[in-house]
Amino acid sequence: MQIQPILAALRRHRLATLLITLEIALACAVLSNACFLVVNRVQQMHVPSGVDENALAVLKLTGYDPANSADLNARVLSGLARLPGMQSVDVINAVPFGYHAGTAGISTDAEGKRQAGVIDFYVGGPGSFKALGLQLVAGSPPQIGDYQPIKRFLPEDSTVWVTRALADHLWPGADPLGKEFWTGKFHFRVGGVLAHLARPWGGEGGPSTIEWSAYVPAQPGAQLAGVYLLRADPADLPRVLRDARAAIATIAPDAVVDSAASQTIATLRDNYFRQDRLMAGILVGVMLALLGVTALGIVGLASFWVQQRRRQIGIRRAIGATRGDILRYFQTENFLIVSFGIALGMLLAYALNLLLMHYYELTRLPLYYLPIGALALWGLGQLAVLGPALRAAAVPPVVATRSV
Amino acid sequence: MFTYYLDLALRSLKRNKVLTALMIVAIAVGIGASMTTLTVMHLLSGDPLPGRSQYMFYPQVDPDPNPGENHKPWDMMDYRSALDLWSAHRADRQTMITSSAVRMTAPGVNQPALMAQMLSTTSDFFPMFAVPFRYGNAWKAQDDASRARVAVISADLNNKLFHGEDSVGRTLRLKDSDVRIIGVLAPWRPSPQFYTVAGGRYSNGDTAGFYSRPEDVFMPFQSSLEVNAGGFQPFTCWRVPDDMTDLRNSPCLWVALWVQLDTPAKVDAYRRYVASYAAQQKALGRFVHADNTDMPSLMQWLDINQVVPSDVRLQTWLAFAFLAICLFNTIGLLLAKFLRRAGEIGVRRALGASRGAVFAQCLVEAGLIGLLGGLGGLMLTQLGLWLIRRQPVEYADLVHLDPLMFGLTFALAIAASLLAGVLPALRASRITPAIQLKTL
Repeated sequence: MQIQPILAALRRHRLATLLITLEIALACAVLSNACFLVVNRVQQMHVPSGVDENALAVLKLTGYDPANSADLNARVLSGLARLPGMQSVDVINAVPFGYHAGTAGISTDAEGKRQAGVIDFYVGGPGSFKALGLQLVAGSPPQIGDYQPIKRFLPEDSTVWVTRALADHLWPGADPLGKEFWTGKFHFRVGGVLAHLARPWGGEGGPSTIEWSAYVPAQPGAQLAGVYLLRADPADLPRVLRDARAAIATIAPDAVVDSAASQTIATLRDNYFRQDRLMAGILVGVMLALLGVTALGIVGLASFWVQQRRRQIGIRRAIGATRGDILRYFQTENFLIVSFGIALGMLLAYALNLLLMHYYELTRLPLYYLPIGALALWGLGQLAVLGPALRAAAVPPVVATRSV
Repeated sequence: MFTYYLDLALRSLKRNKVLTALMIVAIAVGIGASMTTLTVMHLLSGDPLPGRSQYMFYPQVDPDPNPGENHKPWDMMDYRSALDLWSAHRADRQTMITSSAVRMTAPGVNQPALMAQMLSTTSDFFPMFAVPFRYGNAWKAQDDASRARVAVISADLNNKLFHGEDSVGRTLRLKDSDVRIIGVLAPWRPSPQFYTVAGGRYSNGDTAGFYSRPEDVFMPFQSSLEVNAGGFQPFTCWRVPDDMTDLRNSPCLWVALWVQLDTPAKVDAYRRYVASYAAQQKALGRFVHADNTDMPSLMQWLDINQVVPSDVRLQTWLAFAFLAICLFNTIGLLLAKFLRRAGEIGVRRALGASRGAVFAQCLVEAGLIGLLGGLGGLMLTQLGLWLIRRQPVEYADLVHLDPLMFGLTFALAIAASLLAGVLPALRASRITPAIQLKTL
């Protein structure tokens, strides 16, 4: 197949060629970036929470008198534990994908000079560590003596369990066991490292800080009340949660159930990523529409060219070109145009990515997205041109003899 | 002449229905996508207080003594600073604001207790932000001072508890106190809920919450502190407070101050006043960063908080990139269409039509496609907005197509198609009649 005559023919249709090239370039740029955004969102949606999501639910009470917290804890813990199917009830301050409660900045020195970012503290009563189903990668689980009373906010001096992500951030390359950090006057010593534990509200520093969290064992009391972690068999969980919400009316008539916050962790996760799911759906829709519109453009222009060149095709056929030659001519032509478009599109994709990085929390576009976009467009181009090219190949040689 | 061109255009469009349909669909889809996102953008980035927002300002001071943090002032104030600035009454109007959740029942109404969102504010709030009343009135300045147990409730709450009847004079039980209703608001839905906007820069662009409905209960600031003692949550604290139940002397930021300043001179004077207050507090040893004060206007404050969710902005960019691709597509198709009629154009030119006439004829055809595409785009926009209304986002109930956006849809569609038509029309008008006539 000779490329020279095709290029010569394209040079005579500079404007149309330029248009279709630009369309493909723009499509390539938008396509690869949109694809990257979708993958990003989907990755965020699959962040591990580190807890047994399917077996856990949370019940949040508000409106009670803080002076009665200890009494409320006692009534709720004993009352809910009696419900059929309930495996455990524990006091906790927050759960992954729920409302955040223990968010504070930490430092790796007692004076607060070496600030190390804002993390989330999960403060849980005895039993909550086991109920959450946290996975240890180093150290041992909290002992009963680790659960200390809270005077305000957090226990003043306690052993904590940090996630591997937080440990890597605070002490890269070092063994985190026994290391210390501070929040104001509060002192923490690492007693174990957790495989995963997602913080409640995503994280202030963007998706990369989603696992900056620590588990602090503490005794329920005035400073730790009102939020309860329910554990049940996944099949029973929705019913157990419903029963628990109903039972509060008799167990704690002085409190109001926060309906929006009292959900299974699976539901909370679902709600938390609703926007991301929606956005990923929109992006996929736009990508499909984009491919469709681009294909239509190629079909339209190729059809026009086929019609315009009927006579030339007839002549070529008359002097010996086979149907395959004609077919391949249009396919090669399309391949060349799409290749120009892709070359330009890769540059555009990169520029668009820089723009997105400037305005949004987005990392650099990995280079392997570019060939993916290119392959998609090449395939699309060949598919779109097939119809008009077949029509061109069907032009009979006799056309050449008519009305010249 | 125009009607003749229109007739020609209609004939031409009818001649090749598939190509025509392709172009109309391309424009309609592009317009539908861009107008849907643009309408949402327009609604979310609008002025929540048209005609008055330029007089509203949000003074900021920095009571946080922690060293080294070279940031802008925090989003809210501590109680002491807010109260001092409010009590000075140096602005035309001023109001303190903080919100909290409070357990609420209505005696004589058979409904379970619920947690109501309560806005603690001062009497100037209502005239300052032009809040509309359905029944009764707001409280007076002396009610702020005398800590009156009165409340204004929203139209939503009035519908829910009292079936929309005049409930002025009835009682609400907030936590353990009885509060008398003195006013009921007419439906009021500022977009965004500008007066409580704070913390947008820490939200990673997830700011849809700024578009939620206003609070259900409004109470005088000091009375609400008594009624809902212990129920207030700080925005943040610069160190862990000793007592979370009373935030008044805590190292926490939880009160916002809005001031109304009617002339630029007053704005300058108030700026100087805030600066001098901070300097005075530094002299008293309460502030460390006295020069860290600011006073953005309402719209500036919304910008600082990036109130339009980043996903909405991303969608708008995406839609316009899509529209651009649709346009390129239309240019290509129009070019094919016009040049296919080279013979016809050659005959017209030979019979005396000028280049301008051919150009105009082609543009009329492009404009007609734009009009039809606009009609399709309008339907797709309505469909898109309907889909957004069904999404569980806070601003879903605000989404509608206003006349401005309705007009803009057609303007954009016709402008886009004319733009797409210029190049092909120019090409068509340059066709040399002689060659075309020879090949006929």
